[in-house]
Amino acid sequence: MCIGIPAQIVAINDDDSGLADVSGVRRQINLALVGSYDEHGTSRLGQWVLVHVGFAMSVIDEQQANETLTGLQQVFDAEYLEQGEK
Amino acid sequence: MNTINLAHGSGGLGTQQLLDHLFMRKFANPLLQAREDQARIPLAALAGQGQLLAFSTDSFVIDPLIFPGGDIGKLAICGTANDIAVSGAQAGFISCGFILEEGLSYRLLETIVDSMAGTAARAGIQIVTGDTKVVPRGAVDKIFINTSGFGVIPQQVHWSMQHIQAGDQLLVSGTLGDHGATILNLREQLGLSVELQSDCALLSELIAPLRTMAGIKTMRDATRGGVNAVLHEFARSSQLGMEIQETALPVKAEVRGICELLGLEPVNFANEGKLVIVVAPQAAGQVLDVLRQQPLGKDAAIIGEVITTSGVRSTGAYGVRRTLDLPYYEALPRIC
Amino acid sequence: MRYIDEYRQPDSVNALICQLNLQAEKLPYSASRPLRIMEVCGGHTHAIFKFGLDQLLPKNIEFIHGPGCPVCVLPKGRIDAAINIARQQNVIFCTFGDAMRVPGKSESLIIARSQGCDIRMVYSPLDALQLAEQHPHKQVVFFALGFETTMPATAVTLQTARARNLSNFFIFCQHITLLPSLIHLLKQPDNTIDAFLMPGHVSMIIGATPYQFIVSDYQRPVVIGGFEPVDILQSISLLAAQKITGQYRVVNQYKRVVPDAGNCNAQQALDEVFRLQGDGEWRGLGMIEEANVTLTDAYAQFDAEQHFNLPEQQVADDPDACCGEVLIGHCKPWQCPLFANGCDPQNACGALMVSPEGACAAWYKYRRQEVTYEYH
Repeated sequence: MCIGIPAQIVAINDDDSGLADVSGVRRQINLALVGSYDEHGTSRLGQWVLVHVGFAMSVIDEQQANETLTGLQQVFDAEYLEQGEK
Repeated sequence: MNTINLAHGSGGLGTQQLLDHLFMRKFANPLLQAREDQARIPLAALAGQGQLLAFSTDSFVIDPLIFPGGDIGKLAICGTANDIAVSGAQAGFISCGFILEEGLSYRLLETIVDSMAGTAARAGIQIVTGDTKVVPRGAVDKIFINTSGFGVIPQQVHWSMQHIQAGDQLLVSGTLGDHGATILNLREQLGLSVELQSDCALLSELIAPLRTMAGIKTMRDATRGGVNAVLHEFARSSQLGMEIQETALPVKAEVRGICELLGLEPVNFANEGKLVIVVAPQAAGQVLDVLRQQPLGKDAAIIGEVITTSGVRSTGAYGVRRTLDLPYYEALPRIC
Repeated sequence: MRYIDEYRQPDSVNALICQLNLQAEKLPYSASRPLRIMEVCGGHTHAIFKFGLDQLLPKNIEFIHGPGCPVCVLPKGRIDAAINIARQQNVIFCTFGDAMRVPGKSESLIIARSQGCDIRMVYSPLDALQLAEQHPHKQVVFFALGFETTMPATAVTLQTARARNLSNFFIFCQHITLLPSLIHLLKQPDNTIDAFLMPGHVSMIIGATPYQFIVSDYQRPVVIGGFEPVDILQSISLLAAQKITGQYRVVNQYKRVVPDAGNCNAQQALDEVFRLQGDGEWRGLGMIEEANVTLTDAYAQFDAEQHFNLPEQQVADDPDACCGEVLIGHCKPWQCPLFANGCDPQNACGALMVSPEGACAAWYKYRRQEVTYEYH
């Protein structure tokens, strides 16, 4: 029900607001729900977040993103191996 | 003169002053300056060009008045010029009617009129007759413009929806939805900042080399309702089907970004400088090459074909076909 | 587009379809009685129809389109109440675009705007807050729609309003939470829901644990899925795998966005600002137990309903509309007697035609011409 789009944080202000970029489209977003810094104290500048109604709602986990795709590649390989096409 | 007032539309001295200071000066040409009640255009020169006169009218009420890539004035000239140009004709003469809201800034009106004059001059079009009315505050939204124009369809050009046949290819001259995406963001103040411009442009140069090419069945300039609306017009007229490939649609990254963010589709966004062309299959490749050689056509693409089953459809990336509905309303941004 | 295009690759989709076809052979379901997976969320419904994913599934797997469309389940009378507020003196009424064209008893917000009401479309509740600060002599009301995905945005906005001592900002609270409606559906004795594809974006807020009761109390497998074609098909594959083994649990397919614990900051904000009190009406489903979202006492001052003292508005739907039947999988949209026969997106008779992601609206828009109506 909820259009959430991955966007990259390209600027962070002092007041929990920042600028997010989606394919060259930029908008002010609120970072209160994810914080301007991660758990290691690193600024979220450059990180990717899920944006919904002007708020960053979740930080995208790059490792998990890769694992989802790696899992797919295994399916892909298995599929072709099963059909003996490789 | 700071603002427009009711006297400027009353037909008396106020009107004369506005005409003299602004319209007559900016649109200067002998036909207009003859100051008859009508423009008198010699027939002989026109008659030599062809048998048919293409005549079109359009009204412009866009908000905001000025936007990246253009303004209501440029749009008013391009819109009618393009409507004529897609018949194969070249618009030579245009009328324009203004309805102005009392209190409109004179500076703003002048900017718009300058833009109209410049656009018309670039197109070789003369604004030869016109009308101005001023209405009380609130009766219109700042400024409405109507333009009408005509041109002669060259003898050898026979573009018409009647010629559409199954198997014909569907081409677009460039990226979809640039104008609509630009305007939506501004008009609804969505707070998106994006390097996007309206594609508002005169299409006569892009069309010129196509007049002598074989295989062109018909063309339209996509405006309100986008490419989708044109496909529906073609389908309705020919009783055939229009089927496009989603992956073939040329879309700027920023327009795509706006569509993903707001849950919208580029085929429904307005354009103001793009052609949808129906071409016989054997000529499609050549027409594409000719379009791509020009700046306005560099992103031209074959997006689909005409089929016998009536209706308008889109085939997606996974081969699934779906109906491409003609929306009743303009789609609004979604968050759900 | 990063984190989107990778999950739309045709090769990946084809590989998943092949895998699903292999799994389908091992499922204890047939084409005449397929595995029925409820995808709860309008975003999933929209993606399925847009990409044609239902057409790619094996014949013994099908989707039931659930009630997760906040606009669809908004009782008609609430629109009339919203227009009522917008007509008050000095009010600026702010709403998401989704609600602008939904008809109430006789008109919609967009028609009320054309008649002179100051109704503005916003992208974020913070835009409405900004208007309240820019117009201190106006009363700015935000139409707060949406599930748990959207609720934290409203909550943070209200926390900000309170911190800034704003007295001219209000919300007309029509937020809804997901689980009460699912319980309501599962309690219908003849529902045919075999499994659930849970909404990834609600889940990024509430986490995975709240769904555990569906496995333990109702013996249905659950997968939390993302919204791209690869996410949806991978989620179906994970559900099929559970059905094959008979071992059910809550699986998180959308790990790149959904932490298993959800978003703690968001949950804290929700706890501070909102509470569930009493039954709530869902259009198409009727009264749902413990489903009424209201503001806590600390935030009651921002409640538009209290402030404007609105009369109750009950507006009934067409009795022939089959929305409830469609929602529990008894009826396909095109099997409703009103579908394309008096009921269409322009003249919606019921909940599921009202918004573009309602099941009937999606079917009408995307499938009307193509359907080879296959009776399973």
